[in-house]
Parts: sequence; structure tokens; C-alpha cells
Amino acid sequence: MNLIGDILLVIGCAFIALGSLGLIRMPDVYNRLQAGTKAATLGAMSVLLGIGFHHPDWWAKLLVIAGFVLFTNPVGSSTIARASLKAGIEPKRVGESPEFKP
Amino acid sequence: MTLSLLQLIAVALLVLAIGLSAVRLFLGPSTPDRVVAADTLAVITTAGLVGLAGAFDNPIYLDIALVYGTLAFVGTVAVARAIEGNRE
Repeated sequence: MNLIGDILLVIGCAFIALGSLGLIRMPDVYNRLQAGTKAATLGAMSVLLGIGFHHPDWWAKLLVIAGFVLFTNPVGSSTIARASLKAGIEPKRVGESPEFKP
Repeated sequence: MTLSLLQLIAVALLVLAIGLSAVRLFLGPSTPDRVVAADTLAVITTAGLVGLAGAFDNPIYLDIALVYGTLAFVGTVAVARAIEGNRE
């Protein structure tokens, strides 16, 4: 039981670290938003599941935190994307698509 | 409180994630980059607080994680709406 929890903790922290690496490596605000939000959300879910394997009597609070993270992260990321698009930040264009209007 | 090897690896990966996000927070070229980095740091801090609750065997840190997530979400949305402005 503890071994499964530790493995889930390592997997979740690895996903969070890879999301932060994508935050460094990606070329654009919108790509950074994808990398920083989705990978970090999946990593946080895995960390919560690992702590749930360690302490099975905390399942109610862990479920509330998981639902809250799953509810607020897409709302926040879409709000940031909408704000940066309205503030006039252009998406980075790769290849030829000159008629694309966001 | 003694951490096993896998838990030490997890803590090291979490510290690496905090460092990389802080680099983007400090040298992000525009304001939405910094907001994205702050949002990611909030998720990392929530996961870290849950891990701290497991490390200390104390479920009060779960409440702290929930309140921190709420306040970070409100702050992110407020800063995003301030960036957006009210131009029409």
C-alpha cells in the first residue's frame, strides 16, 4: 500500500516537473498555458491519489481538493487565454497560414 | 518523520518544478506569461501542501491547501481580467 502511494507520488511530481519544463521551453503564451496547466493538473491528481493510498481515512477532503482543482484550473487557464488574446498578444505562427484570424 | 527514497525523489522533482516555474515568473517577456507561471506555482503549492499533510500525519494541511487553492484561483482571475481591460 505504501509502495503504491510512493510510486504515485513520484509519477505525479514527475508530471509536475515536466509541465514546468514545458513552461520554460514553449515559445508562446498559449503553448505555455497548455503545458503549465494540463500536465500540472494531472500531476496534482496523481499526488492526491498517492496521499490517499497512504492515508485512506482522508478520502473526503482529498476528494474535495481534487474536485476543486479539476474545476478551477480550466476556468483559470481559459480566462488567461481570453485576456491575453484581447490584450493583443498574437499567437506564434509556424508554417504558412496567413489567412488565419484568431 | 523519515522519508523513503521514492519520497525523496518526489520532493526533489517538486523543488525542480518550483525552480523552473520561478525562472519563467522572473523573466517572462509579457504579463500573461507571469500570470501563467503564478497559476502553475499555485497548483504546485497545492500538491506540495497535500504532500506535507502526508509527511506530517496532520490533516489540517488539507484545509490549508483548499483555502490556498481558492485564493490563488480568485487572484488569477482578477489579474487576468485586469490585463484584459475594458476596451470594446
